[in-house]
Amino acid sequence: MISVKLRSLCKKFGKVVAVNHINLDIPAGKITVFLGPSGCGKTTTLKMIAGLITPTEGDILFNDKSVVDVPPEKRNIGMVFQRYVLFPHMNVAQNVGFGLKMRNVKPKEIEKKVKEVLELVHLSGFEEKFPAQLSGGQQQRVAIARALVIDPVLLLMDEPLSNLDAKLRIEMRSFILSLQRKLKITTIFVTHDQAEAMVLADKIAVMFDGSIVQFDDPKTLFNHPVSPEVADFLGAANILKGLVKSCSENKVLIDSELGEVEVSQSGNFEIGKEVSFTIRPEHIEINSDKASKTKNTYVGEIKEVVYEGGMVRYYVNCGEKIIQVHDLSNRVLSGVKYASIYLDPGKIWIFPNFN
Amino acid sequence: MDGLFSVVRRKNFVLFLQKVFLGAMALWVLVPFIPLFLWSFTQSWFWPNLLPNIWGIRAWRYSFAPYSKVLEAIWTTILLSLFVTFLNIIICLLPAKVLGQKKFRGKEFIRLFLLSPLIVPPIAVALGILSIFIRLGLSNTFIGVAIAHLIPTMPYMTMMLSAVFENFDIDFEEQARSLGAGPIKTFFYVTLPVIMPGIIAGSLFTFLVSFNEFVFTFLVGGGKVITLSVLLFNFMGGEAGYDFPITAALAIIMSIPGIIFLIVTERAIKEEFFTLGFK
Repeated sequence: MISVKLRSLCKKFGKVVAVNHINLDIPAGKITVFLGPSGCGKTTTLKMIAGLITPTEGDILFNDKSVVDVPPEKRNIGMVFQRYVLFPHMNVAQNVGFGLKMRNVKPKEIEKKVKEVLELVHLSGFEEKFPAQLSGGQQQRVAIARALVIDPVLLLMDEPLSNLDAKLRIEMRSFILSLQRKLKITTIFVTHDQAEAMVLADKIAVMFDGSIVQFDDPKTLFNHPVSPEVADFLGAANILKGLVKSCSENKVLIDSELGEVEVSQSGNFEIGKEVSFTIRPEHIEINSDKASKTKNTYVGEIKEVVYEGGMVRYYVNCGEKIIQVHDLSNRVLSGVKYASIYLDPGKIWIFPNFN
Repeated sequence: MDGLFSVVRRKNFVLFLQKVFLGAMALWVLVPFIPLFLWSFTQSWFWPNLLPNIWGIRAWRYSFAPYSKVLEAIWTTILLSLFVTFLNIIICLLPAKVLGQKKFRGKEFIRLFLLSPLIVPPIAVALGILSIFIRLGLSNTFIGVAIAHLIPTMPYMTMMLSAVFENFDIDFEEQARSLGAGPIKTFFYVTLPVIMPGIIAGSLFTFLVSFNEFVFTFLVGGGKVITLSVLLFNFMGGEAGYDFPITAALAIIMSIPGIIFLIVTERAIKEEFFTLGFK
């Protein structure tokens, strides 16, 4: 199982910079997810790793050896596309065995390996069928089998689940995850779906506009997004701004849209500088008590109350900002116009990167 | 109840009209063959008779006689058309691929340009290239005529091939490359089978156009390259003067490839074949 290193990798199409000097260390034997909106350069990066696109600048290393000059058919990678791309004029066995045939493996051996890998993807007995006869999920599994049967050093997947319906997506997600855990093959998975990324990834590389803005495991990414853009892409609510009033060892005071906010976070924040911070909706306490008593407590007008089973969602208007609160305490503040919300200083996160 | 009947009656009427229309079309195509057949079996036929005065198989005897040029012409025509088809496929493959898959400035102009042989009068073009061919020593030769035949046939081949390429996913080739196939293997194992319908369609058009081509063969071939169309011209008022029976026999012989291909296409190229490369 190989590690992949990207060094100052760059791709320009005319004047357009699709991939802008990317540096990344992709760990061996793990699933790394490239997450980002459409057009951010994640597919282009993947194709450069595959060798299907030539980089304008920079280097790609498999186990610390440069492969930039190696043609795609010699890189020994398995690739699964969004549209499965099964060869329509070949049946399942021929499709899956194609990579082996190109490597001049003996027909008997091909037959054996195809049988094994079809078992792995739960498609035993499908050898004679043609792609047109298969369902979407089955086609995708054939595509995966085809990529795996050649024993690749690297598995590249470009939004392979985007064409499937919701239920199938979730099934295939677990399937891919368990498969990778079994085979321990270095996998790079490209998606724009952050839920998918959270479930699958050992590490996530978030990409915007051709650059990697954060590379962390899912938990760190979720709890400590590096910038408001990342947080917003991950679906975070409650992104606020303010000016730093004071900054000491583990206490930062911010003059914000809500009022004065105290944050227990260590970091070097320049006084007077504008910062952005966030707090998760489920970390905010809400009460019908109007009086603003202690620190980090603010009064606002309840604009909307949404009952969602075990959770109540409140939209509170505090100083022109709508704050989302998720209350799991099983009580409902109904008929109440004003409420006070309390932001725990330990649960607030100031973005290290802002502007 | 009444409403139901009138719907059915209208439907039956429309079906009836369709049958009448089809029948008329069939007649329109087949009726001209009747005098041809009659003439080919004529010894002598003059007005006001509706049928030949004297029947005879002179025309057919002549056509298949060793001393006539007919058998040789059949052979030459078939060989020429096959050769032109082969050349056409090879020449049009790459341009069609580019036209079908890539975007570039002036693409529509190039496309129109490649279709221009269908608009420009063949005689003008033939006379134009004749002087060049003479200088190159290609006039009056089989090869020269073959090259000239590419002019009216390239538009068809290019059109058919670029159409299949347009629907051919680039992903197929990328997928094959990632699986270990070099560019050549990718072409033979993946690209070719999927674009085959386009190649077949283009080939059929090319063969038929080349088989029936007269102007280019006559002018560039200079009478030395004798195809069926040239022979036909001959017997329609060339050296041999008017000879309707032989002309008719030759015309019938010339129709045969077209009819064969109609039957072959109907059977061989099934629906699924055409949907292979399409998603």
